[in-house]
Amino acid sequence: MSAVDAGGADTAVRIAAAVRAGERSAVDVLDAHLARIDTGEADVHAFNLVMVDAARAAAAAVDARVAAGEDPGSLAGVPIALKDNLCTRGVATTCSSKILEGWVPPYDAAVVERVWASGGVPVGKTNLDEFAMGSSTENSAFGPTRNPHDLTKVPGGSSGGSAAAVAAGFAALSLGSDTGGSIRQPAALCGVVGVKPTYGLVSRYGLIAFASSLDQIGPFATTVADAAVLLEAIAGHDPADATSIPRAVPRIVDHLDDGVDGLRVGVVTELMGDGINPDVRGRVREAADALAESGAKVEEVSVPAVMFGLSAYYLIAPAEASSNLARFDGVRYGLRIDAPTTNEMMVASRTAGFGDEVKRRIMLGTYALSAGYYDAFYGQAQKVRTLICRDFDAAYERFDVLLAPTSPTTAFDVGAIADPLAMYMNDVCTIPSNLAGHPAMSVPFGTGSDGLPVGVQVLAPALGEVAMFQTAAAVEAAALTVREARS
Amino acid sequence: MSARITRDDVVHVAKLARLELDDARIETFTAQLAAVLEHASDVGALDLAGVPPTSHPYPLVNVLRADEVGATLPSHEALAGAPQAESGRFRVPTILGEAP
Repeated sequence: MSAVDAGGADTAVRIAAAVRAGERSAVDVLDAHLARIDTGEADVHAFNLVMVDAARAAAAAVDARVAAGEDPGSLAGVPIALKDNLCTRGVATTCSSKILEGWVPPYDAAVVERVWASGGVPVGKTNLDEFAMGSSTENSAFGPTRNPHDLTKVPGGSSGGSAAAVAAGFAALSLGSDTGGSIRQPAALCGVVGVKPTYGLVSRYGLIAFASSLDQIGPFATTVADAAVLLEAIAGHDPADATSIPRAVPRIVDHLDDGVDGLRVGVVTELMGDGINPDVRGRVREAADALAESGAKVEEVSVPAVMFGLSAYYLIAPAEASSNLARFDGVRYGLRIDAPTTNEMMVASRTAGFGDEVKRRIMLGTYALSAGYYDAFYGQAQKVRTLICRDFDAAYERFDVLLAPTSPTTAFDVGAIADPLAMYMNDVCTIPSNLAGHPAMSVPFGTGSDGLPVGVQVLAPALGEVAMFQTAAAVEAAALTVREARS
Repeated sequence: MSARITRDDVVHVAKLARLELDDARIETFTAQLAAVLEHASDVGALDLAGVPPTSHPYPLVNVLRADEVGATLPSHEALAGAPQAESGRFRVPTILGEAP
């Protein structure tokens, strides 16, 4: 098994503390990460673009501020990778699609501005399934990303490049987007922490839209504390996103060590069934036991409607995507294939520019919204969404957080899943939180019998990030204890 | 739920979505879309009379702001990514006289 080792990589919390104190220079930190990229990137292919010059300039600017006695912020000198569906001013943004190849955004996404404002150093744009549609990062127009733990395996997706970049030590942190599990599932498969925040907690301004009522930007990190620091830096109201919640950001970092004594934790029965690999179920049970030993009250809980999440999602998300992706028509940006009339030009450009999975989802969504089928498909799926919200609400009357697997399996072989429906099944445990708009995160917890990482998912009600991170911190601590006991 | 998606449905939907599919893809897509819709028939079979639809995780309200001129993108930057631009506008091939 060939792997890429992140050996020597430091946490974001330690890097920022050392850079702020003037003990380490941001340029040195960046060089260490660029050296790991030089060694491993050819095997992993985490990036569509490494921003060497821009990153060097940003790191030098951070060092200059420290030298001048200023505090660059909570992410001072921390190398951060950005999923390539986040707009970056003056830097090509592709969504791993041929239809946007060569396009250079004239503005930064809100989260990119916030990373800059906190002293972060963007190192590159990471690979993804085209327009974030996929669960393996194989649907990229620029070729697949590989899992750093085993290069024959997928990293998960769609934010596979962002997950792999952190797992391989190419960046201390990264940002991804999660519409049906696209942060949490690759985090699980790559053995890192991945967070989908509450819908509306993080501005989507400058995130190229896939399914607008489900999309949310969130962090990848090697530790729960690192993820909390990045989430606090990017969260908060933004007038440029009409769905952004106009409330103060919960203080997560201050409560990471509060423990789980007395916390009510429900293990979701429906997500612990036969469809989930026994190794994965085993790790979730061990995590639940560890939380109980730390004083949490752990019980099983039934959330029946989550069983219909996958079906509802694969009607709702494609429907929204078919509308959002109508804007890629060869007129305002990206690829244009010349033709005598505008309509022919649009058809030719979209046909040449989109890959098969994107076409499939546009078709599915167009069909689900079309006359005669709207009520049976889209309308029915929206009602199921109501049922899922109601069942979660009932569960959260009795529990503070819920526990479930993140992914039904560990990382699978590149090329192993050709059937679209079989690929969609990867999202069965993550989709319900998107449909409800709730936060959820994946925390590494041991490995399967194949030696590959397993992720345990912590779910919480809307704006329940503090309890979610407290639980995640306890799961993380238990995972370290288990690992030390075994070694 | 509804009848199985047909080859003709796929051809029609491709036209609505402004995509051109070759014969091989039409065959493959018809089978693949049918499989996904078949899986989704579990939600079609539910009796959801009286359940309101949820289109969004939170009740959306109109967000208003003062009608004041703020920072905007200069038109030359907005046009910089266009495949073709002319006189401060996006340029496209013939529209008038086209068949709809």
